Amino acid sequence: MMKAIFHGREKEELTPEQEAELRRARIEKMQRKMKHKSGKKKLNRSKAGNALLFFLMGICGVFMALPLVMIINNTLKPLDELYQFPPRIFVRNPTLSNFSDLFVLMNESWVPLSRYVLNTIIITLGGMIGHVVIASLAAYPLAKHKFPGRNILFSMVVLSMMFSWTVTQIPQYLIISWLGINNTHAALILPAWSFGMGLYLMKQFMEQLPDSIMESARLQGANEWQIFWKIIMPNVKPAWLTLAIFQFQQMWGNTGGMFLRSEELKPLQYALQQITAGGVSRAGAAAAVTFIIAAIPITFFLICQSSILETMTTSGMKD
Amino acid sequence: MSQTVINPKKPQDFTLRHEIWKNRASYFLMAPYFILFFLFTVLPVLMSVYLSFTYFNMLEMPRWVGWQNYIKLLLEDDIFIISLRNTLLFAVITGPVSYLLCLIFAWIINEFTPKVRTILTLIFYAPSICGNAYMVWNLILTGDRYGYLNGILLRLDLINQPILWMQTERYIMPVLIVVQLWLSLGTGFLSFIAGLQTVDKGMYEAAAIDGVKNRWQELWFVTLPAMKPQLMFGAVMQITQSFAVADISIYLAGNPSVNYAGATIVTHLLDYGSTRLDMGYASAIATILFLLMVGTNKLVQRLLRRVGE
Repeated sequence: MMKAIFHGREKEELTPEQEAELRRARIEKMQRKMKHKSGKKKLNRSKAGNALLFFLMGICGVFMALPLVMIINNTLKPLDELYQFPPRIFVRNPTLSNFSDLFVLMNESWVPLSRYVLNTIIITLGGMIGHVVIASLAAYPLAKHKFPGRNILFSMVVLSMMFSWTVTQIPQYLIISWLGINNTHAALILPAWSFGMGLYLMKQFMEQLPDSIMESARLQGANEWQIFWKIIMPNVKPAWLTLAIFQFQQMWGNTGGMFLRSEELKPLQYALQQITAGGVSRAGAAAAVTFIIAAIPITFFLICQSSILETMTTSGMKD
Repeated sequence: MSQTVINPKKPQDFTLRHEIWKNRASYFLMAPYFILFFLFTVLPVLMSVYLSFTYFNMLEMPRWVGWQNYIKLLLEDDIFIISLRNTLLFAVITGPVSYLLCLIFAWIINEFTPKVRTILTLIFYAPSICGNAYMVWNLILTGDRYGYLNGILLRLDLINQPILWMQTERYIMPVLIVVQLWLSLGTGFLSFIAGLQTVDKGMYEAAAIDGVKNRWQELWFVTLPAMKPQLMFGAVMQITQSFAVADISIYLAGNPSVNYAGATIVTHLLDYGSTRLDMGYASAIATILFLLMVGTNKLVQRLLRRVGE
């Protein structure tokens, strides 16, 4: 009775049977609603809300797509259109001559193109796969085990992301020289394995997994190594695919900087940027370079993202 | 219980060592990452903090100067005060706004079918993946009447002569804030997209049965609490990004910009670090920036704990 008065409206206190009855009725109503909308998975969606949100998406989408539109159009523009003033976004006489120009230029360099490509593959894939594996390995105990030093190690990783890398570059250079890996690909790959973001991302996703799945695996005699590969990693697939995108982008954008001095060790990104620095007559080739520099991470992005969005195996996983 | 009574002087480090030994599997799993992490991240940070107490021009050995860099930075450097103010403005405006944008767009995109989702994610992530995408803004912001923004405003008779957007003090910050917001759907956005995939679909059905009536309630009571770890992650990434704005300012407004109107802490740091080769001073700036971010992070994490309550 107290409860009813407190709520200020007439509400009889329900017996457990009545409450169960009410709940069953509600479920039935819901099921009818779902059957009515069969084929639609989403609940609780109003038409007006949909319209509003999609309108918003359309407006913003146009602005966000600008760089994509510009890069694609520029790469198809002949030289005279690239220098047209005032500049136009859309191409009028599309041509592929920019790409043929670029390939002529690339073949002139004394280090063969294939060498740059190989370097890029080593640096990008090495930096990406290695980081995803060792950061995930470290994230698992931080998310799911209790041991001395856990909190301090994790805080250090989070805090490390807040220190400006501009000033840590110099000490990092000294350490790399001291290790004797200067002017090798390891000088780019090993520091990339220690980025803080990957570990943080993986740890956050692993934390969500219920402990029960690991416990049942332990009861069946699995060790931590097996649990990590067979249970944890398959269940955080969206996380490591996302991390792979970030790391791919990061490593792909790396030109070798101050760590690689030998021309035959430098990545494709470096060679391409050298071409764009070649002045007015190379504007066409430069537009093609911009296209290639964007197209490769975008391809990788599309592969990963579509498989992130198609996993959806988590239903029934949570407890 | 009885054991502790019999042996009250059991040394503290015995239990600690025992704990460590018991958890050796955890340490083995973490070892590869943390060895590299200490070597390539922690050690350089500690060295930078040390350098902030020295005069170091990268040619001579560092010379210890005590608190001098900090005193100069906080008391005498007027440009640092300008850049601090601009950075805080970026942090206060672009930080929360772009965080919400990341969340809202990730959430709306999640309403579509998987194929459409992939394409939409690409479109919204495009500014972050296209390298120097902010170059597009050059076309828009050109100071003559052929710049798109000037062209539109002239045609609508809102202005009668073109505006030099990036050379006029009072337009620099607002324009940079808009560009920064445009660039903001990056790391946080993708991690939210991934986080939404891990929310159990059964929870939505259960919530609908328990009386959640519309999508907004569903967002607040089901989706957000379920992806709290990602929200925390997104917040940290947002802090590190909005406090470290520099590239767009340097590209669009120059470094130094007109009357330092577009100066941020990181452009100031780059000015000393790469142009004036005063690494000691640059390290002091980095340390102050670090402390600012740590403080903000503490505050934000406290706020985020209340999501879904």
